Amino acid sequence: MSIWVNSETKVVVQGLTGKEGRFHAEKCREYGTQIVAGVTPGKAGQDVDGVPVFNTVIDAVGATGANASLIFVPPPFAADAVLEAADAGLEVVVCITEGIPARDMIRVQRILQGLPTRMIGGNCPGIITPGECKLGIMPGHISIPGPIGVVSRSGTLTYEAIGQLTGLGLGQSTCLGIGGDALPGTNFIDCLEAFEEDNQTEGIVMIGEIGGSAEEEAAEFVKEFVSKPVVAFIAGQTAPPGRRMGHAGAIISGGKGTAADKIAALEDAGIAVADTPAEIGITMKNLMDAEPLG
Amino acid sequence: MKVHEYQGKEVLARYGVAVPKGILITEASEARAAADELGGKVVVKAQIHAGGRGKGGGVKLAANPDEAVEHAKQILGMTLVTKQTGPEGRLVRRVLIEEALPIDRELYLGIVLDRSEGFPVMMASKFGGMSIEEVAEENPDAILKAYFDPDVGLHPYLSRQLAFGLGLEGDAFKAGTRFMHALAKAYAETDASLFEINPMVTTTDGRVVALDAKASFDDSAMYRHKDLAELRDLDEEEPLEVEASKYDLNYIKLDGNIGCMVNGAGLAMATMDIIKHYGGEPANFLDVGGDASQERVAAAFRILLSDPSVQGVLVNIFGGIVRCDMVARGVVAAAEEVNLSVPLVVRLEGTNVEEGRRVLAESGLDLIVGEGMADAAEKVVTAVGRTS
Repeated sequence: MSIWVNSETKVVVQGLTGKEGRFHAEKCREYGTQIVAGVTPGKAGQDVDGVPVFNTVIDAVGATGANASLIFVPPPFAADAVLEAADAGLEVVVCITEGIPARDMIRVQRILQGLPTRMIGGNCPGIITPGECKLGIMPGHISIPGPIGVVSRSGTLTYEAIGQLTGLGLGQSTCLGIGGDALPGTNFIDCLEAFEEDNQTEGIVMIGEIGGSAEEEAAEFVKEFVSKPVVAFIAGQTAPPGRRMGHAGAIISGGKGTAADKIAALEDAGIAVADTPAEIGITMKNLMDAEPLG
Repeated sequence: MKVHEYQGKEVLARYGVAVPKGILITEASEARAAADELGGKVVVKAQIHAGGRGKGGGVKLAANPDEAVEHAKQILGMTLVTKQTGPEGRLVRRVLIEEALPIDRELYLGIVLDRSEGFPVMMASKFGGMSIEEVAEENPDAILKAYFDPDVGLHPYLSRQLAFGLGLEGDAFKAGTRFMHALAKAYAETDASLFEINPMVTTTDGRVVALDAKASFDDSAMYRHKDLAELRDLDEEEPLEVEASKYDLNYIKLDGNIGCMVNGAGLAMATMDIIKHYGGEPANFLDVGGDASQERVAAAFRILLSDPSVQGVLVNIFGGIVRCDMVARGVVAAAEEVNLSVPLVVRLEGTNVEEGRRVLAESGLDLIVGEGMADAAEKVVTAVGRTS
């Protein structure tokens, strides 16, 4: 098992005809992901490296049976692309696009509340179930199948953690970046809940950063509902208040959202917080070695 | 994106938010005519992107036009130091002259995005003049909240709840609810990320007016607000940060002496953290972005080295889609181009890492290779310790 994507996942790429869409769709295909269709309004009938292009997501789904989408469209059109994918009934929608206005995401979150669609992102690296399906822009080869679920607000820092786990022989069930924006489609709690229910997952790595209170809320959730060992790291312990550290969501405002507060909340929930980003993998390894099997 | 008080008030006024009559000046001599026009008794307010201006001597009441000129002379051109500017302060280039109002009560009204709820929240309190963070700490029940959907607007019952909660009555009640609706509409339609009206005052003649206004807007939405995007004041930003933004680099200057260049915002923050963990101080946050091309790396080197406090550089790249050998060639070429004279530690990980390390080793550059984040951080801290 794994969460949300696997070898059965059939993917339509919204924005396949663009430079980035084409490049990353090809990488996903090389990894073994079933990329079955592309969507670019006005370009129906074309194909990109053999993948048929449709005008609308609903056309693509009708012709190919796609059940997931990967979005590379520019920020002004990204929210609409997510809603189109949701309206076509797709189960998983991964939005890579960085720079979606917060107001657009307020609308998307409100509309998706009543729908079965899971949106991951925006401004995220995507999701990978090692050996089965890569839906995103992360390097595939650093992951190996195994028992650890990884969820993060970051991109390259996630790769760092995955690289450490793989280096220690700890494979992953599913790894995903939920994105660095203030209003992500999927939050830590959604992922923790799914990893807790997933049979393959035996331990969870959660990588947060300054800004907002998602980590504190996740800590509360872990305390109450998660039985599997959790390792966390919070980036931005040295970040100054009031400055946006690259990610739209990474800002300490009004004294809230500091790394210290988050670490305290996580530790209070019994989560092992790695002191440095170099110790994420080993902290998990130590926990797994200590944990009696079964 | 932050804007000045006078700009924020102009934007709010377009949506029907009541603001004092005001005139912006850049020369002290203009203060007399402005004060005459505004009725003689005026407030002279320094325009910088930082709070705490009053305590720093940047806001003064003038009883007549003569005093207005005196105050304007003092404030224009001064380096205003407030708790938000840091000790270096901020040069005052503009002054807002405003009519003095017959103030009755000072209240607080603000709107900010509540990330947990996924909606903007309007916050009101009776404690105008106090920061909302202070009120939240000392007397959290004194903050009244109303969530609203920007697509729908603020429901009338919510503005009534807030206005009753603030103790508004009569004309001020009506003016107060109108004020709240106008502010909510402005927030939604301008893609604002923060409005703070502190204080929002009631006047003895029953009006409700924004005495101060702090506004910032969602950078990601500025493509659809060209008029607002033009309000950006580069004078208020760190010059190196402005320069970096031309190359789409995310750079934030800090106080330490170890420059860092990293791909990805999360990894960049984590790199700062680990430098600190090993006893060093990061000089900056710098995210070179996903592709880390030679051009961007070179620009990044130039920017972080133009900070004179930098005594060593740590490059930490996790090559994902981009191959490490490409990054290594970019780093080598860029380091040669900028004639690097401080210790350089490079840590590469990811795709084609062996080839990347070989490129570094054979470059002839005097650089230190880091194996993993911890090793790299330790090495750069040690190297800087030796030179300083």
